[in-house]
Amino acid sequence: MAVRDELLALYEQMVLIRRTEKAAHDLFLSGLVKGTTHLAAGQEAIAVGASAALRPDDYVFATYRGHHHALARGATPEECLAELMSRATGLCGAKGGSMHLTKASSGMLGSYAIVGSHLPMAAGAAWSARLRGTGQIAVAFFGDGATNIGAFHEALNLAAVWKLPVLFVCENNLYMEYTPIADVTAVARPAADRAPSYGIPGEVVDGNDVVAVREAVARLAGRARAGDGPALLEALTYRHFGHSRADPATYRPAEEVERWLKHDPLDLARGRLAELGVPEETLTEAEARAQDVVQKAVEAAKAAPPPEPREALTDVWADGGAAWRT
Amino acid sequence: MADVITYREAVAEGIAREMRRDGSVVCLGEDIGAAGGVFKTTVGLLEEFGPERVWDTPISEQAIVGAAMGAAMTGMRPVAEIMFSDFLACCWDYLANEIPKVRYMTGGQVTVPLVVRTANGGGLGFGAQHSQATENWALTVPGLKIAAPATPADVIGMMAAAIRSDDPVVFFEHKGLLASKGPPPAPDHVVELGRAAVVREGGDVTLVALASMVRVALEAAGRLAAEGIEAEVVDLRCLVPLDVATVLASLGRTSRLVTVEENPYQGGWGATLASVVADEGFGLLDAPVRRVAGECVPLPFADELEEEVIPTADKVAAAVRSLAAY
Repeated sequence: MAVRDELLALYEQMVLIRRTEKAAHDLFLSGLVKGTTHLAAGQEAIAVGASAALRPDDYVFATYRGHHHALARGATPEECLAELMSRATGLCGAKGGSMHLTKASSGMLGSYAIVGSHLPMAAGAAWSARLRGTGQIAVAFFGDGATNIGAFHEALNLAAVWKLPVLFVCENNLYMEYTPIADVTAVARPAADRAPSYGIPGEVVDGNDVVAVREAVARLAGRARAGDGPALLEALTYRHFGHSRADPATYRPAEEVERWLKHDPLDLARGRLAELGVPEETLTEAEARAQDVVQKAVEAAKAAPPPEPREALTDVWADGGAAWRT
Repeated sequence: MADVITYREAVAEGIAREMRRDGSVVCLGEDIGAAGGVFKTTVGLLEEFGPERVWDTPISEQAIVGAAMGAAMTGMRPVAEIMFSDFLACCWDYLANEIPKVRYMTGGQVTVPLVVRTANGGGLGFGAQHSQATENWALTVPGLKIAAPATPADVIGMMAAAIRSDDPVVFFEHKGLLASKGPPPAPDHVVELGRAAVVREGGDVTLVALASMVRVALEAAGRLAAEGIEAEVVDLRCLVPLDVATVLASLGRTSRLVTVEENPYQGGWGATLASVVADEGFGLLDAPVRRVAGECVPLPFADELEEEVIPTADKVAAAVRSLAAY
């Protein structure tokens, strides 16, 4: 596939994620999404670029800010929005919600809302792939805040010692919830600077550049697949919204916000496509297609039924039930 | 095979039997390989199955259990050892938030067929941080099966059931029983989880016990028999599934219930059992339910102090006598 066709496909996927996040935001404001959401608008290039560099059977583990990873690994906007809207047709049957989007059938093995908890799991999935000899790798995506929790360090050490085919991809959006990550971290690069402690490569990449992310992940994935062990990739990015729905993000300096909004991953890709000679109308068509998919997804999710109450008592055990006693 | 097997040997034998029949069973934990486990409960596994199936880990409880979870979600049946059950607190996120919830919150998309084995219980003078009976910790979390065998044969039979289970099982091996002996069970001996055993029949009172407390209950029953009181002793074997049916059937014969629990009285498993009996077996009872449980203090070091805290046959016998007035 020509470079521009491939980039165009990545661009359309990023637009699809952006539009889905915008829809999630609007649906929340109209009272159709309860609880909370942690939107990934602004961080699309990391999910899309990494996914493009992975095999379809590789494993992906994400965080409570994980809509983009579910979508990048094959979940549809309709499944995701239906989950957020507590519909029976949701990705997890409305049992998980925004923070736990999972598409296990395509190797997206979950979104975890305890910071750092999924890094050891990804190491375990990589261990399993190695034991089964499948050539798969596992990737854990996590925020900058996760780099100061124990599970991060335990996972890195174990993965390094066992030389596991796993990538740890930090989405450094500069803020640990409401606090600048630099204020609470002993090193300048919260993820990459920790890599030498574990004897593994630590790289920094522009996380808003989908091509750069894809290339970095492809290189490190190839290395892991070849048996050369884990690596840490720190992707610099910025979220467009606050930490969660409750957060207007007023703690971020206006000039910083402005600077990052000018470095938007969608704009970057769009500009590059224009440079490559892709006609404006091709780009607007792609954007319209994405918008149409999301619009139809919103309508379908709104029309979907709520879960049957009896579903609350299913799926605890592998037999589908919830019996804890005789 | 020898005529007798120790509880300690039964652990390794139980694991080995499953490793022989299922190549997806792998072990990981601290000192479990060449050292054979600090309690010598994994002796011979590395020699028989090699380093690709028996993995020594760093002291990283989160990495051990988290990696086991990731491997279990991707086709393996890991058996993870947490050296002392007190250390479950170091990886409690996985036992409380991750392993028991991931199937449910993904709407049944994944299963987690793993066993977390751990040396449990007091009576050996290990002090407050290496002596606790912590089965009741796991009992607070829906989604975990809880096994605590009292005999070598049950260790093997319940280990088989635990490893074959498609659900996560926390397997408590009692330190005070490791040197105890019993007949080795036949090949392919499997004890279904959630089946309590009536280990002594009697018509006057039902003593329900778990793990090392079964021995204490039997000793008390022996003393009471000399006084003309016939106690029936039920070895609960598992807390989840909880075999309420066997307990209620016994109460149908005896009308009196005493629980014998090593965990502290506050929050102990006997409280859950007593509440079910109050709900469903009130009409069977001729006397109040008595709970003989640990004192609500950290476990002390000296024998004289530890014996004061952990239930003894004397305390059980006294509790039974206190019911004579009813």
